[in-house]
Amino acid sequence: MTVATDRGRSLRRLAAADRRRSTRHKALPYLLLLPAVCFELLVHVIPMLVGVWISFKQLTIYFIRNWTGAPSAGLNNYRFALNFNNAVGKALLHSFYVTLGFTVLVVALSWLIGTGAAVLMQNPFRGRGLLRTYFLVPYALPAFSATITWEFMFQRDHGLVNQVIVHDLHLTSHAPFWLIGNNAFASLVITAVWRTWPFAFLVVTAGMQSIPTDLYEAAVMDGAGVWQRLRKITLPSLRPVNLVLVLVLFLWNFNDFNTPFVLFGNVAAPQANLLSLQIYDTSFQNWNFGSGSAMSVLLLLFLLVVTAIYLVATSRGRKAADV
Amino acid sequence: MSSTPGPARSPGAAKYRSPLAPPKSFLWTRRIALTLLGLFTATPLFVMISSSVKPLVDVQGTFDWVPSHLTFQPYVEMWSTVPLGRYFVNSTVVAACSTAISVVIAIFAAYAVSRYRFRGRQVFRVTVLSTQMFPGILFLLPLYLIYVNIGNDTGITLSNTRLGLIVTYLTFTLPFSIWLLAGYFDSIPRELDEAAAVDGSGPLGTLLRIVVPAARPGIITVGVYSFMTAWGEVLFASVMTDDNTRTLAVGLRNYASENDVYWNQIMAASLVVSVPVVVAFLALQRYLIAGLTAGSVK
Repeated sequence: MTVATDRGRSLRRLAAADRRRSTRHKALPYLLLLPAVCFELLVHVIPMLVGVWISFKQLTIYFIRNWTGAPSAGLNNYRFALNFNNAVGKALLHSFYVTLGFTVLVVALSWLIGTGAAVLMQNPFRGRGLLRTYFLVPYALPAFSATITWEFMFQRDHGLVNQVIVHDLHLTSHAPFWLIGNNAFASLVITAVWRTWPFAFLVVTAGMQSIPTDLYEAAVMDGAGVWQRLRKITLPSLRPVNLVLVLVLFLWNFNDFNTPFVLFGNVAAPQANLLSLQIYDTSFQNWNFGSGSAMSVLLLLFLLVVTAIYLVATSRGRKAADV
Repeated sequence: MSSTPGPARSPGAAKYRSPLAPPKSFLWTRRIALTLLGLFTATPLFVMISSSVKPLVDVQGTFDWVPSHLTFQPYVEMWSTVPLGRYFVNSTVVAACSTAISVVIAIFAAYAVSRYRFRGRQVFRVTVLSTQMFPGILFLLPLYLIYVNIGNDTGITLSNTRLGLIVTYLTFTLPFSIWLLAGYFDSIPRELDEAAAVDGSGPLGTLLRIVVPAARPGIITVGVYSFMTAWGEVLFASVMTDDNTRTLAVGLRNYASENDVYWNQIMAASLVVSVPVVVAFLALQRYLIAGLTAGSVK
């Protein structure tokens, strides 16, 4: 009995000594993380908490200097945003549909074009390297330069688009507007696709480099054509890459602010008023910060739900594919 | 018998094509599709370049494919119409500083996450990964208000300063850098670390002498991406800057006056501010593809 406790004690002493020796070692990862954690707190965690807090406040321009003293709004900001019978809620719901349509279109088109180009350029040909580099230019261009050029091209009176449609091809005699009205949505999608597809191309090209060539050789031996090789080898091998790619593209475009803001300025046509622009408008044009925050929180919740569903669905799919 | 692709070996089969060689229809599809895509890509680039060498009258009329008078006046005037030089400096300082800060911090954090097993590691990883998907607009408002408050309480002005913008830009440069570098460090064999440890190198020495050099493509990827994104950022820059701290992303709008929009100067300026980023990106794209492949698409 005594022997056992003695042994227990000495073991404990040994363990303590061991712990002391390794304290420095144990603290090291935390020390390495310290700067990152500080900045994460500063730029992410605290602002998010503040954002949620504001969404329950009646924060307007009058309280901006002393925003911590803004009166409580309870759930009013949320109630307004989600009341689809009043003007605010209606505009928000409309923006949501526009954003969803815009995102789905841009992601689908960019993925199709990017994958198509990557597949067409899978086999070497003369000038392939050069063309690859060239295709990356839209992605490398700063968002505002590219978008402002599209804005110029979409000008009604001196833009390239109307020059081609009206004067070169004589498709119509009346030069249409492209940045206001129904066409604004098309302009927005075209501009976003132009900027987005090269990224899909880049990622898919990178993904293809890990597909072993013998797979294709074996398929050819079995008599598989180009189309079958694409369906049976390339696309299945790209599955993990595509899962990440599609999610990233979805989140980027759903949160896109640069494209509509540069293309249309502060106020976009209702047909092309994306959520981020709508929230910006509510906050910094109408100075209703409480309402803007409530909308941001709702947007975040939506994105979290979508991402969660997507991750669960795809991990289930991945497991099924592994079996 | 011959499973290896390549040119026909027997002289009799002149028309023999390697089985891996794509059929004619594929070649034509490729030619047509890539030409169309090439034109789509080229159109704005063409407009940007050609309009930047047109006189103002030309860009105010209907669009001309070819400039009627070639002039480099827009490239001269663009510096005085708006304070482009100041915007240029602001953009450079802000993008370079936020990139440098986030890369250094991310290297340490990614090393900790990749090489050590400690409590809270998973929480940290998930937090970093998820903040990446959050919309910028979510942070814009609170950060703006926090800056106002810090200014009121301490006298340190963050709103409308470069420092404020640099800190703000960490919202997107930092998570991406940590996430991609952690993935990249994971792909560097641990045997390298262990060999260095046997040679008497401490953890920090190992990080700086072994891991960082080995992760160069990843670090370059992160640096280029952060710089590019910061250089082109519009949302924060439009709210958190004033006339003195305006960046290029917002400053280019100032070429529009009440009466005239100096499209030729806008195009010249967009071209000039794009060239450094595009050249850097294209020069480093080899690393970028390697970095993206190892770091994100594991």
